[in-house]
Amino acid sequence: MTDKFISIEGIAKRYPNTDGVTAVFENLWLSMGRGEFASVIGHSGCGKTTVLNILAGLDAPSEGVVIVDGQAIGAPSLDRAVIFQSHALLPWRTVLGNVAYAVSSKWRNWDRAKVRAHAQRFIDLVGLAGAEHKHPSELSGGMKQRVGIARALSITPKIMLMDEPFSALDALTRGTLQDEVRRICLETGQTVFMITHDVDEAIYLADKIFLMTNGPGAVLAEIVENPLPKDRARNGLHRHPLYYAVRNHIIDFLVSRSKSFAVDVPRHDPRNVPVVRIGKPEPSIVSALEVIERTSTQAIARLT
Amino acid sequence: MSSSLRLRAAVVSIALFVTFLAIWHLATRGAAPATNMSPEYAKLMGATATAGKSAMPGPLDVGAKLWEHLRRPFYDNGPNDKGLGIQLGYSIARVGLGYLLAVIIAIPLGFLVGMSPLVSRALDPFIQILKPISPLAWMPLALYTIKDSSLSAIFVIFICSVWPMLINTAFGVASVRKEWINVARTLEVGTFRRAFTVILPAAAPTILTGMRISIGIAWLVIVAAEMLVGGTGIGYFVWNEWNNLSITNVIIAIVLIGLVGMLLDQVLARVTRLVTFPE
Repeated sequence: MTDKFISIEGIAKRYPNTDGVTAVFENLWLSMGRGEFASVIGHSGCGKTTVLNILAGLDAPSEGVVIVDGQAIGAPSLDRAVIFQSHALLPWRTVLGNVAYAVSSKWRNWDRAKVRAHAQRFIDLVGLAGAEHKHPSELSGGMKQRVGIARALSITPKIMLMDEPFSALDALTRGTLQDEVRRICLETGQTVFMITHDVDEAIYLADKIFLMTNGPGAVLAEIVENPLPKDRARNGLHRHPLYYAVRNHIIDFLVSRSKSFAVDVPRHDPRNVPVVRIGKPEPSIVSALEVIERTSTQAIARLT
Repeated sequence: MSSSLRLRAAVVSIALFVTFLAIWHLATRGAAPATNMSPEYAKLMGATATAGKSAMPGPLDVGAKLWEHLRRPFYDNGPNDKGLGIQLGYSIARVGLGYLLAVIIAIPLGFLVGMSPLVSRALDPFIQILKPISPLAWMPLALYTIKDSSLSAIFVIFICSVWPMLINTAFGVASVRKEWINVARTLEVGTFRRAFTVILPAAAPTILTGMRISIGIAWLVIVAAEMLVGGTGIGYFVWNEWNNLSITNVIIAIVLIGLVGMLLDQVLARVTRLVTFPE
């Protein structure tokens, strides 16, 4: 990695408990380039959200540093916008009020009209024009998350941090919102760090997928480079020859290897995490006869 | 459906009220025949002895007296004979002053307690001990130190309304959702602006609930406090009329105390509704 825009250097997070100290993760190294969309996948309890909170500055690591754009971070910053899983809108403010609150926090000397105009631009961008005077309680889950996205984008951050932004949405809304986030991020060249549980979401959105093993004592096991072209579209995604190869690789990891990783790879170097590039699948020749045979035996098996 | 329910409820309310008045009237009217006694003696004894009338005034007596009061609410014939409007005015002014003082102290202090776990723990034992003390127990101490009966009453109102507000403010501030605070933190909002733009609006419904409890308690306590300190106010009026053996006036005062208490509560309820946000 030549351009280290974000560099997480040997961070650990430990919590005291009844019998000593539990480490959620130890010695975690991770880096991202400018304009990259990275996604973290791992089971609950592996410390994904803690990593995101440390990146946001909302939580402090027990050890190690995080360097963003050449500077070690200590506190939350307007350069790093967070999209919360629970959207975290202020319910007593309207849609416009919520976005304007962020805008006026960033540009404190702007007058009302300028703040409103700027906020409105981002409300329009996420497709909420016409709903700006509604309160969050009047919005659907998808619309609320759109407001959260508009609020994060409106402060033109260097990095967007998303904590399972689409997990509370129904499948249909999730799809549309993913499309929009992808479009906006590509247009603005945004650097994004996203946590997800959804393998397809990661493959669709991310350039780089970080796989984390199970906690406590979680480690970053692999970095999977997304082999799909940059201009991938949702409807053709599953037809790409490498799609299932990547998907199966990640699912295999989540199902089995994330548990046994520490035993399987005893000399894992957290500073040199293997990068996995998934190449073209080996073409296998399947004769027409074999196919017929297989289907017929299946048919027979079903009959008996 | 809901309007018809409201209508039916109103009909039942009125029916209950009329029944109550009727029972009251029947129970207190003169029943027994006049006994044989000399007219002069009878004049001395009054209707209670001669016509068997109850010493308790009936609804008609109370109504007539109330009408008399309502026609001249603000007359002032000296220390022991003032209009009901003046007496209620004194009470409301005392409650208002003591309550305002409590708001000024309790809400900032509640903010501090709610925001700082250290202050919260440090003040907790004091609050726990001071809270259950009957506000009237403070009266002698207040009279001794302040040396002014009217100010002492205000102090008693202050001390009784400060606790619910303090506790509710602290609770409301402490239980502001972490995610809202985090939003403010990621936007680099300073402590002061955060307190006014996030914590205050988020805690406002809880704070107002505390204020509503406080105004109720303050209005309960003022009557007793004024009975003790005397001079003016609706509480003093009740005690004075008891000494005058004017049960009619006592009943009128009771009704008015109830009405004013309800109005004060309604005002706070209206304000609470203004700051409540749906989630």
